[in-house]
Amino acid sequence: MIRRRRIPIPRAWLTPLAVIGVVIALAWVLIAVTAPLWIPYAPNAQTLPRLQAPGIDTLMGTDSVGRDVFSRLMSGASVTIPLALALVAVSLTIGTTLGAVAGYFGGWVDEVLMRLTDLVMAFPTVILAMVIAASLGPSLFNAVLAAIVVSWPAYARVSRSLVLSLRQQNYVIAGRLLGFSPVRSLLTDILPNIAGPVVVLATLDVGTAILLLSGLSFLGLGAQPPTAEWGSMISSAIQNFDAWWIGVFPGLAILTVVLAFNFIGDSLRDILDPVSGGAREAAATTAVAPGQPNAREAVA
Amino acid sequence: MTLDKTDPRPSRRSNKKATSPLASYLLRRLGTSVLLLLGVTIVTFALTNLVPGDPITAALGEGASNNPATVAAYVERYGLDQPLPVQYLTYLGNLLQGDLGRSLSTGRAVTADLAVAVPATIEIAIGAILVSLFVSVALGTLAAYRRGLVTDQVVRVVSLIGLSVPTFWLALVAFNLFFLQLGIAPGSGRLSPQLSPPPTITGFHTLDFLLNGDSVGFVDAMAHLALPVFVLSLFTVGLLTRFIRTSVLEVLDQDYVRAARAKGLSGARVVLDYVLRGASLPILTVVGIAFGSLLSGTVLVEAVFAWPGLGTYAYNSATSLDLPGVMGVGLVVGVIYLLVNFVVDLLYGFLDPRVRLG
Repeated sequence: MIRRRRIPIPRAWLTPLAVIGVVIALAWVLIAVTAPLWIPYAPNAQTLPRLQAPGIDTLMGTDSVGRDVFSRLMSGASVTIPLALALVAVSLTIGTTLGAVAGYFGGWVDEVLMRLTDLVMAFPTVILAMVIAASLGPSLFNAVLAAIVVSWPAYARVSRSLVLSLRQQNYVIAGRLLGFSPVRSLLTDILPNIAGPVVVLATLDVGTAILLLSGLSFLGLGAQPPTAEWGSMISSAIQNFDAWWIGVFPGLAILTVVLAFNFIGDSLRDILDPVSGGAREAAATTAVAPGQPNAREAVA
Repeated sequence: MTLDKTDPRPSRRSNKKATSPLASYLLRRLGTSVLLLLGVTIVTFALTNLVPGDPITAALGEGASNNPATVAAYVERYGLDQPLPVQYLTYLGNLLQGDLGRSLSTGRAVTADLAVAVPATIEIAIGAILVSLFVSVALGTLAAYRRGLVTDQVVRVVSLIGLSVPTFWLALVAFNLFFLQLGIAPGSGRLSPQLSPPPTITGFHTLDFLLNGDSVGFVDAMAHLALPVFVLSLFTVGLLTRFIRTSVLEVLDQDYVRAARAKGLSGARVVLDYVLRGASLPILTVVGIAFGSLLSGTVLVEAVFAWPGLGTYAYNSATSLDLPGVMGVGLVVGVIYLLVNFVVDLLYGFLDPRVRLG
């Protein structure tokens, strides 16, 4: 067999990709926490000349009402990042619980829960989230609720398929024979073993959540003015195409945060191979997390 | 419904195991599809009714909704005074006759609105699928062949960037750069203002121009497609590339590929006839999935390019709490989703004789 010379892949968490991802993500988290202490202007203060190009005074220029884009951008981190993390945590909890219950108990419970996920997944995420956010009334909180509704099914599917493969394992059966209650069996025998893949999915999902939230805000269904939120900052750029700095910088902010989490998630996935089944099953569970490496690849 | 409990997508797995003939497969498939669509109507109906927003105020505006007579007339006209289950059943009854109701925001029949919007969106979506399939098959195969080498890493980063770019932002930047600054791309919409749309045959502008032998119109329509398609493709390329890489890697290890190489076939031959053919099933699956994410992406892209498609329509009806409009979009999207999956399943049987649909 023809073998190519390969650079041995170092341990996944030491790859440049993972390190870059962690550094950028930590930097943004740091910015989110400390921004109020050092940004040059209050994010909503309309005290500067309007539509001023980036310069020494205003690093990223000013917008159409004389606010400092740089200050708004930095304080925007504390709007988007915590919400995205909370959103992912809630979706993960709901999805994993329902998925684990469906997989463990099977029967009609499984049937009902899985048809429910099918139903939610039959809608394109943005369209469903948009309808929910619009019906609840435009606000950042409602946008988060809408995003949760469309996000949990991915976790339900992944955790269900993992539980299904685990519950036939001898140690789980042994636990059941010892008289473990379903709750105990799920919590002590099964949960620790499905945590890895679910965490990978969640890391990648942080990026998706940020994109979804900022997208909803861009459409006017999330953050309301004058909140310094990246998506709505970009949408305000539509009225001032010549002032490119109003829209370009918030977009770069979103891009770097999302990219950082995707770098981390993708590197994690190399270590913890979530679904080692066939490509079809992998595809079914990875609408949000594409490109499953197979077991062989992860070992190589 | 006989569903296999070990598969997340029951209708798929049951294909392989069931022994009944094709007809019964199609019938079962149709049954689950109808149930899912019914579910879609219930969800959209519930969403637009059980939530705090007030569609009447949204439709009439603040002023008119303060006038009790106007409100009463409006409620009467659209049957909004009936209990919700009755309203829903009325809707279903009309639906069976192909009547999706009248949009509260445009005032036209929802079916008429959708007949314009759906082809506009499908045109972008198909363009984006074709472009991104081409690019990502090339990138994914390249990465698989160079596995572990620098090229592989570069492709990986490129596809991750594709997944991380906010589509609406990219659309704005592309619009600003290529239209406003450089002037090499046409402006927003489906056609330049001086052109009139072609007589509707298929609803796809490009195709209709072609059928009419109007080359100027065809070129213009294609040019207007370029930017939205490019913007949407980037995300899909990111989605597909990693997957194709994995699928190709799996095939590269197969004996038949080794045999093809050993008997001295050229590299290109091996890739096209053996590797890609072998990897076509997983690729097909993920293309089906990508189609769904494209429909999502198109909402944001259409908003930027003022593209009169499904996304714009969905946005307008959602923000004006236009129940018939929203339900129409939900149904159409559900039907598209089911059709795409159905075609994917049929192609499975076509590409791989081992997969039996019956």
